[in-house]
Amino acid sequence: MTVQHVSRPIRSLRRLACALALAGLVPAGALAQTAMLNVSYDPTRELYRDINAAFAADWKAKTGEDLTVRASHGGSGAQARTVIDGVPADVVTLGIPSDIDAIARLSRKIPADWRTKLPNEGLPYTSTVVFLVRKGNPKAVKDWSDLAKPDVKVITPNPKTSAGGRWNFLAAWGYAYERDGKDAGKADAFVGQIYKNVPVLDTGARGSTVTFAQRGLGDVLPTWENEAFLVLQEFGADKFDIVIPPVSIYAEPPVALVDANVDAKGTRKQAEAYLQFLFSDQAQAIFAKHRYRPIKREAADPKDLALLPEIKLFKIEDLQGDWDTIQKKNFDNGGLFDQLSRAGR
Amino acid sequence: MTEPNRPRWRFRQPSVIPGFGLTFGYALTCLCLIVLLPLAALVWRASGLGLSGIVDVARDPRVASALRLSFGVSLAAALTASVFGFLVAWVLTRYRFPGRRIVDAAVDLPFALPTAVAGIALASLYAPTGLVGAQLARVGIQAAYTPLGIFIAMVFIGLPFAVRTVQPLIAEIDKEVEEASATLGASRRATLVKVVLPPLIPAVLTGFALAFARGVGEYGSIIFIAGNLPYVSEIAPLLIVIKLSEYDYAGAAAIATIMLGISFLTLLAINLIQAWSRRRFGYV
Repeated sequence: MTVQHVSRPIRSLRRLACALALAGLVPAGALAQTAMLNVSYDPTRELYRDINAAFAADWKAKTGEDLTVRASHGGSGAQARTVIDGVPADVVTLGIPSDIDAIARLSRKIPADWRTKLPNEGLPYTSTVVFLVRKGNPKAVKDWSDLAKPDVKVITPNPKTSAGGRWNFLAAWGYAYERDGKDAGKADAFVGQIYKNVPVLDTGARGSTVTFAQRGLGDVLPTWENEAFLVLQEFGADKFDIVIPPVSIYAEPPVALVDANVDAKGTRKQAEAYLQFLFSDQAQAIFAKHRYRPIKREAADPKDLALLPEIKLFKIEDLQGDWDTIQKKNFDNGGLFDQLSRAGR
Repeated sequence: MTEPNRPRWRFRQPSVIPGFGLTFGYALTCLCLIVLLPLAALVWRASGLGLSGIVDVARDPRVASALRLSFGVSLAAALTASVFGFLVAWVLTRYRFPGRRIVDAAVDLPFALPTAVAGIALASLYAPTGLVGAQLARVGIQAAYTPLGIFIAMVFIGLPFAVRTVQPLIAEIDKEVEEASATLGASRRATLVKVVLPPLIPAVLTGFALAFARGVGEYGSIIFIAGNLPYVSEIAPLLIVIKLSEYDYAGAAAIATIMLGISFLTLLAINLIQAWSRRRFGYV
């Protein structure tokens, strides 16, 4: 009897051990076929679906190797954190340079001088912030100064958690800084006024889009240019208008190789080719098709380019300094955003 | 289990399940691996700041306001859920009506629903353009994107706890006891207050504690309806996520440890009240 009682748990333990061993084998088996992981930010789902398919076909034609590129999406900062915490990303394509800097600083999986490794400082495309307003623009929003008017409600994501939110914040700051004779104090106050008009701070750019487009909250949604076009496509061009402000920010969503991971996985060759592919004519045309601004305009379809008009864009580095300084001044604990929310309560 | 002449405390209780050593060891190991280990890791992470560092985090006005909001609204929501959960449980066990089983099953739905889905559903319902939100807006109340929205979400997720803990006890109450009370001349009110309610109090408290704990820890459904404005509608779990996005792991762990500490003390207090009422009324 006793034997019976003891052996039963042991047998089930053995079964458990077998199950665990099997579970461990599955990802190992999946790795045998070459697979790459691109850890990206939120609004690029549709973009990288096209890019990855194009690259896999290109790679197959050149080397005969079957390559699957998987992409993972989420808020830029949260995605950077998953890479720091050990997600085996081969490449990162994030929303703002400071997120890649954070990976370099906190995990050392990316060299600190990552911006020098690729053409155009690791920027295969750029973007900017435009305004989405309700059809007919009832509040007559034309420029950043209209966002600070007391009767205008602005929907923007939390700059602490969202790269898009940070670009919106920096764009508003840069606009006021240039307008008011390079007075940083006045620019700070201007941004504070805009954030007083924000009734909801979502955690990501997509969340803000839903709040604005689906819940019907707010009068204006400053957002990624590509996201604004996506809303017109998804929710219907009869409900919203895109307003392109005369001045906006030169938004830089950079890409980088995760050196430590590609060396560990033996995918350096493929990952480097993938990043180079982003600068090819084929990829540049895909960027324009998805309403990102390609760096080689001549590679893109002129019909796509016509929707991305030339506007005056400023670089935030020219106004505030390097990205470490920008991050510290605005978004770190006790930075400008924290001060503004404390003053505005 | 005989209460009056219980022998001196013994480590090993006679039980129908054999293999005490194995089962006890198994239970202890599971508890350590699944519950204590992650909590210990959390406290370890926070301990990097030292006690004074943790106190500093708690005194930061933004953290303090988030903690006040989280615990205050959970308390109010758990109270509401307990009262209405009690009524729901009473109606479901005491009355027979068509569709009772369907309603009974529906009570559990907030358990099963992914919290994000609940949050999105509530937000679209209570937003100023939503079905309920539009009506509320007419009388000048905005529910979604205010602390009121947080309250609504917490009541929603807390209600099943309140119902399910009280329901079996209501079913067990002997009708004879109420009849005896009535025949002895007690008014309906006296019967309710002195006969029916006292044995239910421990269960109501359990339901309250569970709803409260769930509300404090809830993240998924709330961020969709809260508005997330610092100092106004920013809950403590969101602040933890924000700290993580700033790569401030120690700060995040510190807020989590503070929440853990307050929750533990609250639950301990509720357990003590329960133990007291159990002794007082002699019921489960």
